[in-house]
Parts: sequence; structure tokens; C-alpha cells
Amino acid sequence: MIEVIDLKKDFGNHHVIKGINIKINKGDITVITGPSGSGKSTFLRCLNCMEDPTSGQIIFNGVNIADMKIDINVHRRHIGMVFQHFNLFNNKTVLDNVSLAPIHVRIKDKNDKTPKKKIIEEEHARAMELLRRIGLDGKAEAYPSTLSGGQKQRVAIIRALAMNPDVILFDEPTSALDPEMVGEVLDLIREVAEDGMTMVIVTHEMGFAKEVANRVLFIDDGRIKEDESPEEFFNNPSDPRLREFLSKVLV
Amino acid sequence: MNNFSAKVDQFVDIVVNQGGSNKIIEGLQNTLLIAILGLIIGIIIGTLIATVRVVPKYKMLPRVLNAICSFYVGLFRGTPMVVQLLVFYYVLLPLLNMQMTGVKVSILVFGLNSGAYISEIMRSGIQSVDPGQMEAGRAVGLSFATTMRMIVIPQAVKNILPTLGNEFIQLIKETSVVSFVGASDLYVAFNYIGTNSYEFMVPYLAMAAIYIVLVVLISLGIKLMERSLRKSDRGH
Ligand SMILES: Nc1ncnc2c1ncn2[C@@H]1O[C@H](COP(=O)(O)OP(=O)(O)O)[C@@H](O)[C@H]1O
Ligand SMILES: [Mg+2]
Repeated sequence: MIEVIDLKKDFGNHHVIKGINIKINKGDITVITGPSGSGKSTFLRCLNCMEDPTSGQIIFNGVNIADMKIDINVHRRHIGMVFQHFNLFNNKTVLDNVSLAPIHVRIKDKNDKTPKKKIIEEEHARAMELLRRIGLDGKAEAYPSTLSGGQKQRVAIIRALAMNPDVILFDEPTSALDPEMVGEVLDLIREVAEDGMTMVIVTHEMGFAKEVANRVLFIDDGRIKEDESPEEFFNNPSDPRLREFLSKVLV
Repeated sequence: MNNFSAKVDQFVDIVVNQGGSNKIIEGLQNTLLIAILGLIIGIIIGTLIATVRVVPKYKMLPRVLNAICSFYVGLFRGTPMVVQLLVFYYVLLPLLNMQMTGVKVSILVFGLNSGAYISEIMRSGIQSVDPGQMEAGRAVGLSFATTMRMIVIPQAVKNILPTLGNEFIQLIKETSVVSFVGASDLYVAFNYIGTNSYEFMVPYLAMAAIYIVLVVLISLGIKLMERSLRKSDRGH
């Protein structure tokens, strides 16, 4: 589904991603972990070209989306993204947060002949259904500032789902949450995973990784140092830096 | 004091019986028209310029546009409004072989001028919005322009509403120079009354009072708008 070929990313003179090759298959639940500042976020953000790669290719469904000549917006619609700080649209209600992009895309789509009013109705209904699924249909007309962190992140996840993406990227989705809210967010991610969604998740939640992921990557110093099944990754870590890292996070 | 009340009587007489009220109404209309339409044009121009100035500058086109915008802003902020009015009316229009009323010229020049100021206000407003808002918009596949229009600019406007209100008050005050290009504003109206009676004390006092009332009303309006916006922040 996503093939990364010789990806490099510099910020000025600072080489952050130093050559990454990886293939992410449909249905993969890939967890990425590694020390702070090692380039995990940068790598993730290169996957949907939120950061333009300095060199290399990102082949998504057969198209190199790192090519500046393609219309990146069309491809990003198939790649959901969930941020550490939620980034819900502050000036939009919860319902609009979820339905805004699907409505916009369908109205702009020349092949979709549905009248505008009907599109809005249909997408609002779909958004309500998603909100009901996470038990927040009662908050449809509320603004994000009135939600708890856990609620915000769950809305952000269904905002990504509402686009019917092929893959969802998560950048530390629980690290800005109060501890009592981590569970509800992980539960929702697990549910979406069980429905067969392809996911790439940067996280330090190792218990979650063991249980949900089918592969775990260790990124260190801008390179993938380990790419294993969770069993191998946690029980038989070969890379010395990974062993040191695990001894710190698995207390 | 007797003297003063005689002056007031004379003023009231001109206003009520000698067509003074029509002049004042015309002046008030023009003053408001120039300030309001100028503000609207200014907001449109200012928003466009501010957007150009925050666009990522990897490519050639944004860089060229950015240079043009900086020049524009520098030009309009670096010269007095009166000079801009005079140059537009007495230099540009004849050169272009065009004719325009003083009021129309004033609206245009006020719009161009406030566009330069508002672009700076709007830019700081845009920069005060969390960059995560733009990222989230781009991540769901909205274009830079669409995200700007639907997500970032509405939040920026909310942040800068008090400053925009001040800009409006500034424009109202600056309309007092449009008589230089023959537009009949409040000053022209009261000056007319004064000239007719050889007596300027009361007319100019009344003019000052009208400006004060206008400014107070606008300030009040801004406060109300801010309050209702803050409510929408808290949600339901
Ligand atoms: N936009 C940016 N500009 C400059 N440097 C950046 C930028 N984003 C990240 N970096 C740098 O790249 C390195 C890797 O960052 P990041 O990918 O966020 O690491 P991680 O997510 O693994 O903690 C850090 O040294 C960081 O300072
Ligand atoms: Mg990070």
C-alpha cells in the first residue's frame, strides 16, 4: 500500500531522516517507537507529505506522492492523520469537524451529481453515526473547547475515519492526554484496527504495541534499526540501542 | 452665556429652516459610506495580501507576489492619506483620462490605504492561530487556500476583531480630509453652516459631538460582537 524508497529529509543542514526503505502492506498495524528526536514524527509526516521529502519516493497506491507535480490533496484524502494535540477545528462544531472535509470533497467532485443539500444531509447523517459509535452524538453541536482531551482525540479519530481512508497515521495519539483518558482512546484505535484498517502508529505505549501491532519498528538516528513482529521485538531485541531503549521504557 | 445661546439659536435655525439638516445628513452619509466601504475593500485586500505573505515560499510565484505586496504595503503606509487622495484625484485620474466623483475616489483610496494596514493586522492574526489548524486541514486533503478560508482566517478575524474595530474608527476620523478631493463629508456640511452664519463655534462643536457619538457607538458595537463570539467559543 505504501512503499518508501530511500527516503531522506533534511531541515537545513540537519539530516533528520537518513535513508529509510520500508513497505507497509494493507492491513498492517505498524507501531513505531524510538528515542525522542530520532525522527519518528518527521518520518510519519513524510508518509503523507506534510513534510516534503528531501529525496526518495513515497509510493502510495502506485503513485509517487513525493513528486511535487502531483496534486497532493487528492492523495491525502486517502491517508488519515491523527495528531498528538488533536488539532480539531476550533471554529467548527464537533459535527462539522467530522463532516467538513467529506462534504467539501463531494461538492468539488464533478462525478458526484448529488445536489449540494443532499450531500450535506448524507454526510451529516454519516458523521452522526460515527459520533454515536463513540458515544458523542450528544456533543454534535458543541465546540471542541468544551470537550475533554480524550473526547477531542476520539473525535479526531473519527474525523479521519469519515474520509474512508486506506490508512491512518497516528503521531503519539495519547501522549498529550491525562492518564485516565488514555484507555478510551486506545480502545477506539484498537476497535478501528480490528475492523481491518491499515495503521502506522508512533507511540510509547508498549503494552498496546504488543497486543495490537503486527510489526514494530525502532527508529534511531533517522534510520529504521529494527522491524520485527512484536514477539521478536520485545523478547529478542538484537540492536543494542533498542535493548537500552526498552530497558528504559519497560519499567 | 447669552451670547452662546444666541449662537445656538442661530445654528438651530440654519439646520432646521435653511437646509442645514440636509447638508448634515448628506455629510454623515458620505462619511459613513467612505469609512464602511473603505473598510470592506480594505478587509478584502488586506486578507489577500496577508495570505500571500504567509504562503510557504519555495516556489517563484509566491516570492514575486510577496515582493509586490511588500511594496504596496510600504507605499500606502509610508505616505499620508491626504497625499494619496490628491495624487489619485489630480494626477492618476487625469493621466488615465478618467472621471470619478470625490466620494468614489475617497472610497477607493480609503480601501487601498486600509488594505495596507489591515494586511499587517491580518497577518499577525493568522500567525496567532495554532499551526496545527492548518496542518489538520491539509491532512484531510483540503488545499492551502480552502483551509485558510474555512479554518484559519475565521479564527484570525476573531483574534483581531478589536484591532479591526480600531482601524474602522481610524477611517471614520480620517474621512475629515476627503473635502480635499471635493467629497461632501461632515466637515463640509458644518463648514457650510458656519460660512453661512459667519459663526463657527457651535457648528464645529456639533461636528465634534457627532464624531464622538459615532466612535462611541462603534466601540460599543465591537464590544457586543466580541462578547457574542466568546459565547460561541464556550459552545452549548
Ligand atoms: N520543522 C522542523 N524544522 C527544523 N527542525 C525540525 C523540524 N521538525 C523536526 N525537526 C528536528 O528533527 C529532529 C527529529 O524530530 P522529530 O521527527 O519530531 O522526532 P521524534 O518525533 O522522534 O521525537 C529533531 O531534532 C527536531 O528538532
Ligand atoms: Mg514526535
